[in-house]
Amino acid sequence: MSLKDQTCVVGVGATPYYRRGESVPETETSMACTAILAALDDAGLTIKDLDGFAIYSSSCDPATVGAILGVPEIRFAATLTSGGGGAAGSLGLAAAAITSGQAEVVVSLMTLQQAKRRLGGTQVQGGGGGGGGGGSPYGAGGVPPTMAYTAHAGLLSPGHSFSLLTQRHMHLYGTRREALAEVCISTRQNAINRPTSLNRTPLTLEQYFNARMISDPLCLYDYTMESDGAVAVITTSEARAKDLKQKPVYIMASANGGMGRWGTAIFNYFQMPDEYFASSGHRPVAKRVFEMAGIAPKDIDVALLYDHFAPMVIMQLEDYGFCGVGEGGPFVESGAIRFDGGSIPVNTHGGNLSEAYIIGMTHIREAVEQMRGTAINQVKDAEFALVTGGPAGLPVSGSILRRA
Amino acid sequence: MSDVTIRQGVFPVPIQDPYADDSTQPFWDAALRGKLAAAKCDKCGTAQLTRPPYCFVCQSRDFTWRDLPGTGTIYTYTVVRHPLRPQLQEAVPYVGAVIELDGTQGAGARIMANVIDCDPELVRIGDRVKVEFEPVSETLAVPRFRLI
Repeated sequence: MSLKDQTCVVGVGATPYYRRGESVPETETSMACTAILAALDDAGLTIKDLDGFAIYSSSCDPATVGAILGVPEIRFAATLTSGGGGAAGSLGLAAAAITSGQAEVVVSLMTLQQAKRRLGGTQVQGGGGGGGGGGSPYGAGGVPPTMAYTAHAGLLSPGHSFSLLTQRHMHLYGTRREALAEVCISTRQNAINRPTSLNRTPLTLEQYFNARMISDPLCLYDYTMESDGAVAVITTSEARAKDLKQKPVYIMASANGGMGRWGTAIFNYFQMPDEYFASSGHRPVAKRVFEMAGIAPKDIDVALLYDHFAPMVIMQLEDYGFCGVGEGGPFVESGAIRFDGGSIPVNTHGGNLSEAYIIGMTHIREAVEQMRGTAINQVKDAEFALVTGGPAGLPVSGSILRRA
Repeated sequence: MSDVTIRQGVFPVPIQDPYADDSTQPFWDAALRGKLAAAKCDKCGTAQLTRPPYCFVCQSRDFTWRDLPGTGTIYTYTVVRHPLRPQLQEAVPYVGAVIELDGTQGAGARIMANVIDCDPELVRIGDRVKVEFEPVSETLAVPRFRLI
């Protein structure tokens, strides 16, 4: 038994995307509500129809949102564990809820406001003079015993973590900064004509190489931006989807997870086995998602790959089999991921790097628009879209959507 | 902390105590006597730097703390150039590395640490390093590594 083709994404809704903090006085909860109502409306449904929440990274509190919006009855409320790695997998969770008969109209969503909390900030507040009176700089809760093992290393932020993976990838395979630049430049190119993009100025190779290094080998442009906003999508059964406003987009396959020893991967871990240390952690998920869909990487027309850091696009291209492991650098440098003429257009919406960072939901939105045939940078005759969440701690996830 | 002199290349330790529990105290006890220690599985020998509830290879619950040689190899690293806090302006650039330790199986017992007193431009994966301990307080000494 599989969830293949039994459910469809029928609605997409979003708030505007904002630069970090600029969504105030909206809140994460208010933006979640706005996106949900917009997605329902897009589908031709109302709040009276909604009965499930299939989310990731505990993106909202269904109890709060359900009460605010007056959802008549919630029949399913679950989140994939960990963080952004679950983004694409939330569609599989929605499909699981629906195909098992637990709920009928299910929302997946992310809402994010970084006015007070900054995802890219430090895990610990490193730095001299910060402690004050001998108190713990980690806050009143003190330091967890394992944290002391890494607090002295100075490796504090997500960017430091992904620099470590990238450095190893470069060491093993000779991946060049030119390849990272190509990810950034091609992604920016896709963002230029999109009103939703926060960064619409073309990026040149010269600008890339003149940018300041943050943590070798990653420079400013390799990092995602920080932004605010909310995106929601509505999933329902194939039978019900056929009667709704939009052309249904089929959830052909979805998988989440990863190798057990991939573990939490980053921040304080880095104990992944040598075979897949310098990877996106997606290989087992890729295998399952293609098996479920019954198609191969060459069949995918557009790939929406989670791009919080540019090199992770390269590692996902390898792990999903668009090129061999270690060949991702030359593959992107050949122009393969360009919207205009590439063999596998990637992040046609401008990705996290240039459009907005809403922890993976913008990729799902774009996958749906591509499969509806309504995307701004529409891939001609696109039939299959791959969308991913992560690289991050386990679970990472991937889904394949297909047009009706 | 306020009297700590920050110098380039060395990440200032933001804690005064290891906040240890039974699974980590022997590591810090060893550190205070200048040794790097690992909890090794009594059954299969797999090393980890905290004593876990179960061995991830054989699921045994029995571990014994053993001193390691204190040498190792840089598995990966980054040169942190942008200070995440203004106080770190004097510390950057510094090298943060993941190191595979001699006397262990590698993955599962890698250590994250600052590689100090080196030219950040010359550090490479595969470089050999040796531990030393920086005393922070009566209860805490932290491992730093130097190229050998």
